[in-house]
Amino acid sequence: MSQATESDVREDGQIESVSGPVVTATDLDAKMNDVVYVGHEGLMGEVIEIEGNITTIQVYEETSAVSPGEPVESTGAPLSVDLGPGMLDAIYDGVQRPLDVLEEKMGSAFLDRGVDAPGIDLEKTWEFNPEVEEGDEVGPNDVVGIVPETPSIDHKVMVPPDYEGGEVVDVQSGDYNVEETVVELDNGEEIQMRQEWPVRSQRPADEKQTPDTPLVSGQRILDGLFPLAKGGTAAIPGPFGSGKTVTQHQLAKWADADIVVYVGCGERGNEMTEVIEDFPELEDPTTGNALMDRTCLIANTSNMPVAARESCVYTGITIAEYFRDMGYDVALMADSTSRWAEAMREISSRLEEMPGEEGYPAYLAARLSEFYERAGYFQNINGSEGSVSVIGAVSPPGGDFSEPVTQNTLRIVKTFWALDADLAERRHFPAINWNESYSLYRDQLDPWFEDNVAADWSEQRQWAIDTLDEEDELQEIVQLVGKDALPEDQQLTLEVARYLREAWLQQDAFHDIDTYCEPEKTYSILGAIKTFNDEAFDALEAGVPVEEITAVDAIPQLNRIGVQDEWEEYVEELEDDISEQIRELY
Amino acid sequence: MQKEYQTITEISGPLVFAEVDEPVGYDEIVEIETGDGQTRRGQVLESTSDFVAIQVFEGTEGIDRNSSVRFLGETLQMKLTEDLLGRVLSGSGEPIDGGPEIEPDEERPIVGEAINPYSREYPEEFIQTGVSAIDGMNTLVRGQKLPIFSGSGLPHNDLALQIARQATVPEEDEGDDDEGSEFAVIFGAMGITQEEANEFMDDFERTGALERSVVFMNLADDPAVERTVTPRLALTTAEYLAFEKDYHVLVILTDMTNYCEALREIGAAREEVPGRRGYPGYMYTDLAQLYERAGRIEGEDGSVTQIPILTMPGDDDTHPIPDLTGYITEGQIYVDRDLNSQGIEPPTYVLPSLSRLMDDGIGEGLTREDHADVSDQMYAAYAEGEDLRDLVNIVGREALSERDNKYLDFADDFETEFVQQGFRTNRSIDETLDLGWELLSQLPKEELNRIDEELIEAKYVEDEGEPVEAEE
Repeated sequence: MSQATESDVREDGQIESVSGPVVTATDLDAKMNDVVYVGHEGLMGEVIEIEGNITTIQVYEETSAVSPGEPVESTGAPLSVDLGPGMLDAIYDGVQRPLDVLEEKMGSAFLDRGVDAPGIDLEKTWEFNPEVEEGDEVGPNDVVGIVPETPSIDHKVMVPPDYEGGEVVDVQSGDYNVEETVVELDNGEEIQMRQEWPVRSQRPADEKQTPDTPLVSGQRILDGLFPLAKGGTAAIPGPFGSGKTVTQHQLAKWADADIVVYVGCGERGNEMTEVIEDFPELEDPTTGNALMDRTCLIANTSNMPVAARESCVYTGITIAEYFRDMGYDVALMADSTSRWAEAMREISSRLEEMPGEEGYPAYLAARLSEFYERAGYFQNINGSEGSVSVIGAVSPPGGDFSEPVTQNTLRIVKTFWALDADLAERRHFPAINWNESYSLYRDQLDPWFEDNVAADWSEQRQWAIDTLDEEDELQEIVQLVGKDALPEDQQLTLEVARYLREAWLQQDAFHDIDTYCEPEKTYSILGAIKTFNDEAFDALEAGVPVEEITAVDAIPQLNRIGVQDEWEEYVEELEDDISEQIRELY
Repeated sequence: MQKEYQTITEISGPLVFAEVDEPVGYDEIVEIETGDGQTRRGQVLESTSDFVAIQVFEGTEGIDRNSSVRFLGETLQMKLTEDLLGRVLSGSGEPIDGGPEIEPDEERPIVGEAINPYSREYPEEFIQTGVSAIDGMNTLVRGQKLPIFSGSGLPHNDLALQIARQATVPEEDEGDDDEGSEFAVIFGAMGITQEEANEFMDDFERTGALERSVVFMNLADDPAVERTVTPRLALTTAEYLAFEKDYHVLVILTDMTNYCEALREIGAAREEVPGRRGYPGYMYTDLAQLYERAGRIEGEDGSVTQIPILTMPGDDDTHPIPDLTGYITEGQIYVDRDLNSQGIEPPTYVLPSLSRLMDDGIGEGLTREDHADVSDQMYAAYAEGEDLRDLVNIVGREALSERDNKYLDFADDFETEFVQQGFRTNRSIDETLDLGWELLSQLPKEELNRIDEELIEAKYVEDEGEPVEAEE
C-alpha cells in the first residue's frame, strides 16, 4: 500500500456506526474512494458512499471492538499501489501490504490489524542504469533507465504517466533506493524508481490491437483446442473439485508470459502456501530461471477481511498494467472472480442497496466488464507493445452456469474453459469439457501455429474436433443399445476418440514431464493418434475385424507419449510399430 | 465502563435493540439481566452512536423493556488452559460435567485472526485413518479441512468416530502413551440430539479418548443462536492447544447445517437482504472464517485438522451449505444412501469424494510409491464400472463385451471388498494398497494405463480372474 500520502493526513471525522466491515462517519472531509484511517488503531478503509454529512467506509480489516465516537482520518488520496522494483518475488495481501513484512512486524503467524507496510521496500537499493542523457526529451511512460530486478526481468523505470515530461537536466547512475531521484526534468519534475497509481483507474495506453500471438500454456487441451491469445481474456467456471485452481496454477507455471500476476481472491490459505513453496523451486520453461523471478502474488484468502478481497483484483491488474507499459506480456490469474463478486454483494447488502439478481448489486456486470476490459494487447504510449491477458476462475454455486457471475463473465470474455464435474469424478484432468468450451481467438491464432508449429495445425485439429463430436453422438446410441450393436466403423471411431481423450486431452499436472507439453509435442501426439486412425480404417476396409485391430499391442502405448521426455523418437517408433502391426493383419 | 442501561426499545427473535448514550464497541459482549434475575449473554451486532443491536445467545424469552443491559467492554473470550482436556463444556463454553471451574492460563478472543498465508506450512503429513476409502483414495493430511457430506439418517457419526479413534501418523515414534500423547480431539456439537451426543460420549469414554478431548455441547434444544459461537470456542481452543501446547488437534464439528440455520435465523431477524435460499450473503465469508482455522504454521509443531460434518438437506450437494463448504474446504467425503442400504460400512462414495491435499501427502517416503497410480487407476476403473451399470439396466450383462464385464465386476468388488470394511476394522495403508492391487489385477494389464509400467511388473497379481483372497 502506498505510503507517500500519509504525511498530508487531513480533516478528522468521527465514527457514527459500525456494522462488520461497513463503518459510517460524520464530519469527514473526503472524496469518493479516498483512503481513510479508522479508529484509534488506524484501520485502513475506503470511502464508498457520501450522503449528506455521513460518509460510508468499507474497512479492510476486522472491526471488532471499534466503537462510535472514535476518530476517522482521511488521506485525501484514493487507494493506490506502489510501483517499482521489488514487486516480483513478492507476496501481497489485497491492498498491497507485503505478507512477509507483516509477519515480521506483527511477530506472529496471525494477521493482526492496524499494521501498515509499504508495497515495495523503501530502504533497499537497486542498480539504476540510465537509458537517457542530459538534453534528451522524455514524455510520459518513456523509459529513463533499467534496473536488473531479477535474473529474468529487467525492470524499466518510466516517467510516471501523469507527468508532463520535458528535457532531462540531471541523470544519476548507480545504486539508489526507490525514493531517491534518479532523473530530473527541466520543468522541475523529478523521477524516482517508485511511482504510485490509483488501482481503480486504468493506466493510459495508446490503442488496443487485435491479438495474434497465443499465450502458449503447455496444456494440450488449451493450446490444441481452445487457445488463449496474449492480451486475451478467459474464464474458467467450474463446480468445486473440478480443478479450477490446478488449471490456474498450471497456467501460472507454464504460460509463456514474461510476467505472471497471481491473485488469490478469497480462496484457500493452503493453496497460496503451496504456490509460495512450489514456485521458487520451479523453473520458468522459457528462461530456465526460478519461476518466482517473474511472479507477483496477491493473496487475500477467504478468511481475510472481505473489503480487501474486493480490492485485490484491482491491485493485481494495476501491477499487471505497469509491467505492460514496460513492453512485457503479462498474464493475470484471478482465482476466483466469484469471491470478488460476493465481496461486492456483501458490502452492497450492508449498504442496504437495492439488490439485482440473486442479491448481487445491479452494477455487477459493469464492474466485471470494466475489469476484463483492462486486458488487451496494447500499443503503449511510450511506443512499446505489451499485453495483459486475464484468466478469471469462476465458482458458480452448485456448478450451475446460469448464475449471474458466470453469465456476466461469459458476455465479456472470448475464451471459455468449462470445467465439468463428471470428468473430474472419473479423474479425467484437466476436466475441461471439450463440447462446451470455446475460444473465439482460434482463427486469429491459427496463422501463428501454422508458421511456428506445423502447416496443417488447424486441419489436424479439425479432425480431432470432428472425431470427438462424432463420439459424443455415438455415445448417446451406445447408452441405449450397447457398443457391440454399432457398425464396425463406428466402433473404431469410438476407439480412436477414446485415445484422443486419454492420450491427448488428459494431462497429468503432477507428473514431472507430462505437466508441460510444448505445442510441437501436442501436435505430435495428435499426429500419432491420426496415424492409428488412418491405418486402422485402412485395415477395416481391407476386411480386418475391429476387435483384431484394436487388440494390436502397440496401440495402448499412445497413452504413454505424454510422459516421455524424448518424445520425438518415441512417437516415431510408435507410429512405425502401429503401422507395421496393423498391416500384418491383412 | 460497565454502565447499565434500561433502554431496550425492541425485541425481535434473537435480537435486542437498546438505546445508549456512550460508544459501544462492535462485537462487544453484553449481559442482559431479566426481571427474575437471570443473566443472558449476547454480542453487539451493530453499534451506532445512539443505539445498538444485540444478538442474544441464550434466547430472548423473559427479556422485557425493563431488563437491564450491561456492556462489558470486551469481545467474547475463551478461557484457555491445557486442563481443558477431558472436560465437557456447554455450547457457550461453561463446564457442564460437574467438574471445577476453569482456571484459565490465558484468554483469547474467539474471533480468531487469519493465519498469514506466508506463515503457513503446506500440509503434507499423511494421517492414517485406517479407512481404505479415505487412506487409499482420498487421503487426509495434517492441517487439512476435510468435511463429511452426509444426509439425515446416515452413519456419518460412526465414520467420524472411527476416524477419531484410529487416526495415527505412521512412522512416528510417538506411541508411548506415558509421556502424554500429542494427539487431541476437539468435539464441537451444534444442535445435535441428546441421543447422538450420548453416542459420541459413550464412545469417547469407552475408548478412553475423553482424556485427550475437549467437548463442546450445544444440543438440539439449546438456543440456536448459541450455535454461532460454539465452533469459534472450539477452534480457539484448538489453536491454543496446537500452536501453544504443540498438540496435533483433530476438530470434529457436527452438524454444520445447524450452524448455518442459526446464521439464517439471525440474518432474517435483522431483516438483511437474503442470498440464496434465504441464507445470508456473507455465509461464504463466515464459513471461511471457521474452516480456514485449520492448518499448520511454519516453525510450530502442532497442527489443526478439521473434519466438519454436515447433513445435506435433501441429499442435495448444490444446496448452499455443502456448496459453499466445498468451495472452502480441501475436498469432501461423501456418505452415500445407496451404499448404506446395501450394508456397506462405512458407506463412503468414492467418486465424488476428493482430497485436494492428497497429491502432496502420498508417494515414496510418505505412504508408498505406487499410491498415486493405484488410486488414480481405481478411480478411473470404478467410474467406468459405474457408467456401465446404467447400461446393464437397459441391455443386460450378456450384451456387453468381456472388457465391460470385467469393469462391472471390478466396480462391485471395489464396493464390497475395498470400501466395505466395518466401523471397527483398522487397515494400514499397506493393507489398503495391497487390496487395491488385488482388485486391479482382475483387469488385463494393458488396461492399467495410469500406472507406471515398472510398478505393474512389480505388483500385478498374475493369477488372472481368480481373486486371491476369495472370501466370498
